[in-house]
Amino acid sequence: MSTPPAAEKKLPVLVREADHPRSQLASFGADRPLRLEAGLDLSPFQIAYQTYGELNAAKSNAILVCHALTGDQHVANTHPVTGKGGWWDIMVGPGRPIDTDRYFVICSNVVGGCMGSTGPSSTNPLTAAPWGLDFPVITVRDMVRAQTMLIDHLGIDTLFSVAGGSMGGMQVLEWCASFSERVFSALPIATAPRHSAQNIAFHEVGRQAVMADPEWRGGRYFVEGTSPRRGLSVARMGAHITYLSDTALHRKFGRKFQDRDNPTFSFDADFEVESYLRHQGSTFVERFDANSYLYLTRAMDYFDLAADHGGVLAKAFTGTRTRYCVISFTSDWLFPTTESRAVVHALNAGGARVSFAEIETDKGHDAFLLDEPELHGIVRGFLDSAARTRGLKP
Amino acid sequence: MLARVPRDLTMAETVRGPGGARVDLLLVSQMVEPGSRVLDVGCGDGELLHLLEARGVDGRGIELSREGVNECVAKGLAVVQGDADTDLSFYPDDAFDYVILSQTLQATRCPRDVVEHMLRIGRHAIVSFPNFGHWRIRLQLMFYGRMPRTANLPETWYETPNIHFCTIKDFSEMCALVGARMEKAVALDPWGRALKIDAPWWFWNLFGEQAVFLLNRK
Repeated sequence: MSTPPAAEKKLPVLVREADHPRSQLASFGADRPLRLEAGLDLSPFQIAYQTYGELNAAKSNAILVCHALTGDQHVANTHPVTGKGGWWDIMVGPGRPIDTDRYFVICSNVVGGCMGSTGPSSTNPLTAAPWGLDFPVITVRDMVRAQTMLIDHLGIDTLFSVAGGSMGGMQVLEWCASFSERVFSALPIATAPRHSAQNIAFHEVGRQAVMADPEWRGGRYFVEGTSPRRGLSVARMGAHITYLSDTALHRKFGRKFQDRDNPTFSFDADFEVESYLRHQGSTFVERFDANSYLYLTRAMDYFDLAADHGGVLAKAFTGTRTRYCVISFTSDWLFPTTESRAVVHALNAGGARVSFAEIETDKGHDAFLLDEPELHGIVRGFLDSAARTRGLKP
Repeated sequence: MLARVPRDLTMAETVRGPGGARVDLLLVSQMVEPGSRVLDVGCGDGELLHLLEARGVDGRGIELSREGVNECVAKGLAVVQGDADTDLSFYPDDAFDYVILSQTLQATRCPRDVVEHMLRIGRHAIVSFPNFGHWRIRLQLMFYGRMPRTANLPETWYETPNIHFCTIKDFSEMCALVGARMEKAVALDPWGRALKIDAPWWFWNLFGEQAVFLLNRK
């Protein structure tokens, strides 16, 4: 925890949170730059992170949880900006599948994010203003490299497990491809070894919505005192639909009217589903930075693990000794089972120890965040078995 | 098609050894050298893999049914959801010491391709299957003129997942065709007991309710 200096109290909460997050902080000075795939160094930079549970003496019980596009490090505690519970507190906590009574859980904000790790809303030391679009474009591999520096900083050599869904799952795969020897077990959930054309297309619509907002000001909205709320809100509304499924939307909302019995013959939010989406959009902008949204969607677009390994996905996992548990959901059309299956085939080709389960649900991509007993049973069973092999105390 | 034959389909599955394990699975597991790498194709709820892990075997499984897979994974077994007919091609040559197909052959679309893949992926293949040449089955077809249904193979022809039945003789002919060498073959009676080793093939084909073959590449 760090107290924001008095002078910065007038700044928007997001700028304050970017530089002085209410989280633990690892700072890396000029001597330890983050070498980016884009070919330049990010330095100095900082990583904001949360930890839960206790690291054992052998430092062998650490689990890194990687967050998704709009997640952050507050995986299992009250969020400092929204006041809501952690985004995965159903999975992570005492007695939960990722049991903080047993494991030491680390979750860090990704580089490029907006909750305290260096990103476009952080202050650029050269200009003393938020980076904005001067921030370098980052990739999933850059996020993971930054995480390795955090793990080094915590004195941990090998992670007992790396777990995450969606963009978090991409980070898990990248960990296994680039730092396999530091990962004992891995849980890539509802993810893909590359971002599909359809997914890039959806992201581009979101980015264009942000950039079309006149208040975006070429990304200089903090300096100019504006806020591209409408653009970011529309981006979120569009994206949110892709996280659900047709069936789930129909079950939840159908064609029901919102607080009225008849259509108003206007463009008000007549339907419940419209009202719901508007709410999703407007709450999102309170806690997320528009430029971060551009940078992180871009990082996902660039993700293509096979391309990084001569076009052969199996080569990404050559010689891996990590134990894998790949999980997908039947109604997830954003990261469909075929993508997970491609990962499984590549792992099989390399003789890796892999489990793969597809869970039946109508909740779409978001299922990984929700109360899915089968998912929780599988994660628990997989970690238990890995812990036995690793010699962790029950 | 990979679902293990339903539990009540073969008599041997109801016959359990001293440890509570199915006799046919015990027999299969005893064919596997301790410490080797095994792929169990159609691993069901993971009973065989569990037996094998107790023998220090590094076991992996493929299973078609979602429930089977999820049950296995929750138990900590390395099992993937997949189909023998389509997914074996993704495994590299010589990836395993043994590839096992237990009571699943007759439910595959292309049994010959499956066995060939098994011999490519593993140094050894172990195949167990119900013998359609058993005398009871022959009698039913002969006297009633209808597709046989027994206590062990109870489904009607239009409901059964078993689309490629064969006899012990048929199977051994196919082994010759795909260039497989028979290391060991055992026929079991309805109580899961092995028939006499030195019995002639026609005897096995008539009295073996199921058979277990240990194969390798010539």
